[in-house]
Amino acid sequence: MNMLDPMILRQIIMDHYQYPRNKRLVDDEHYHMVHMASESCIDDIKVQVNIEDGIIKDMCFDGIACTISTASTSILTDLVKGKTIEEAKELISLYMDMIMLKEVNLEPLEEAIAFHQVGKQANRIKCATIGWNALSQIIEESEE
Amino acid sequence: MLDVNHIRKDFPMLSGKKMQGFPLIYFDNAATTFKPQSVIDAVVSYYTDQSVNIHRGDYDLSYQVSQAYEDARETVAKFIRCKSEEVIFTSGASASLNLVAYGWGKKHLKENDVILTTEAEHASNILPWFDTAKTTKALIEYIPLETDGQLTLENIRKAMHSRVKVVTLPHISNVLGYIAPIKEIAKVAHEYGAILVVDGAQSVPHIPTDVTDWDVDFLSFSGHKMCAPTGIGVLYGKLDLLKAMDPVTLGGGSNARFDVTGNIIMKNPPFKFESGTPAIEALFGLKAAIDYLSNIGMEEIMNYEHELKQYLVSKIQSFSHITVYNKEALTGIVTFNANGIFAQDAATYISSRGIAVRSGHHCAKILMDEMGTTETLRASLYFYNTKEEIDAFVEVLRDITLEKCVDLFF
Repeated sequence: MNMLDPMILRQIIMDHYQYPRNKRLVDDEHYHMVHMASESCIDDIKVQVNIEDGIIKDMCFDGIACTISTASTSILTDLVKGKTIEEAKELISLYMDMIMLKEVNLEPLEEAIAFHQVGKQANRIKCATIGWNALSQIIEESEE
Repeated sequence: MLDVNHIRKDFPMLSGKKMQGFPLIYFDNAATTFKPQSVIDAVVSYYTDQSVNIHRGDYDLSYQVSQAYEDARETVAKFIRCKSEEVIFTSGASASLNLVAYGWGKKHLKENDVILTTEAEHASNILPWFDTAKTTKALIEYIPLETDGQLTLENIRKAMHSRVKVVTLPHISNVLGYIAPIKEIAKVAHEYGAILVVDGAQSVPHIPTDVTDWDVDFLSFSGHKMCAPTGIGVLYGKLDLLKAMDPVTLGGGSNARFDVTGNIIMKNPPFKFESGTPAIEALFGLKAAIDYLSNIGMEEIMNYEHELKQYLVSKIQSFSHITVYNKEALTGIVTFNANGIFAQDAATYISSRGIAVRSGHHCAKILMDEMGTTETLRASLYFYNTKEEIDAFVEVLRDITLEKCVDLFF
């Protein structure tokens, strides 16, 4: 089976848009939060991450977001749970390279490979990266 | 009867342009409009044949340009039915609204005075008033809208009281396209001693304007939404209000005399508000645009646009996967959603078929909070759109699905 079969990748995006994982916010001081509001589009989400001993225990989000923003953030929340900060950083960097249409090994990105062609619609790159940028910011803040 | 096929020949943008391989269909006219050749020619002709400054120099060319500039002011005055000294040229409707909020508001508002507006307000009308309220300690109050988003005279009456000093409203809402009963609103505002500031950005380009009959105190609008260039707009103000209002920018052209001790003698309106060299070519373009629109007739334009809107609504209202939010609006704005598809995704798909519509909150977040819808699609029509374009749009909407929207990413 072709890993990049558009039919399957489309199903992944639709599934995560219609049934987003970890779409909730929690009232817990262990979570770092960032508010991502795009200047140029409608997306407006809050992202929360619980990091303990260098490990991402939980990541969740909520707000107004398009198909691509919702699905790409939903996939990320599943992907990074239980990963170390270093592993998460590597995944983010790999994902960003993929979005910029660079030739990279997609394997570690699991379902996130669904977005490997988003870069062709350049105006939607920010949608595909909004949750990933949020995680990146939170990791930076947690390291300060 | 408006001859749309004849009209379309005047617009270079309507002569075979394509988007994503499809013939371009432009339904984002509330954002900006295309320009007829006569407007483009007016802009080019200024640079080709005149190209000098106004109100400067004692030579023929400058005199001619200054005359043409004041002729254009006269054209605008006739178009909206006021005196030419009541027409101030600005960079656009946003600058006009800022000028009222700062120039009039900051001078005349006091603590606990009330600025009354609606939840449907556009950012450029409400943000300057927020700032003015902060410095003057005046308060902002809102007129509740009906559940369908309409503004009624009854709700305005209920919201009025003796501390209301300014009522500021859009004549036509840029999100839902409803026409406010502006003449009746002016009467109510004046009964309480308040002034009425009208944002005409979506009305002046589309329906006949008569500020004298309506008795409004200020009216703002932009040229680029009515076939004129960007960078030119108008603030109309009643002459006595303009006399009692301060300019927000000072400099060359606005003062008659000044001395080193700081004494300034300002010119009379409108010149005291027009410091610096204006967008001369844009104003000549605006004059050409007004001549163009007047030649067709604003009444004809209004009726034709509404006919187009009704035609579009009649075709899509039976689609179970489409929701139209403003069936009752009497203008050319159709606000809708494809159910279950985020507006931006739908707009991207529609654009992939060559059709330009707008997704988003249209700079009126407050209204969306009130309607419970965070995002919509908006098709805004103008007199150069056709039923054939609407037919093509309807076919795209007929079979729009989430799958098709997502497929664009592969």
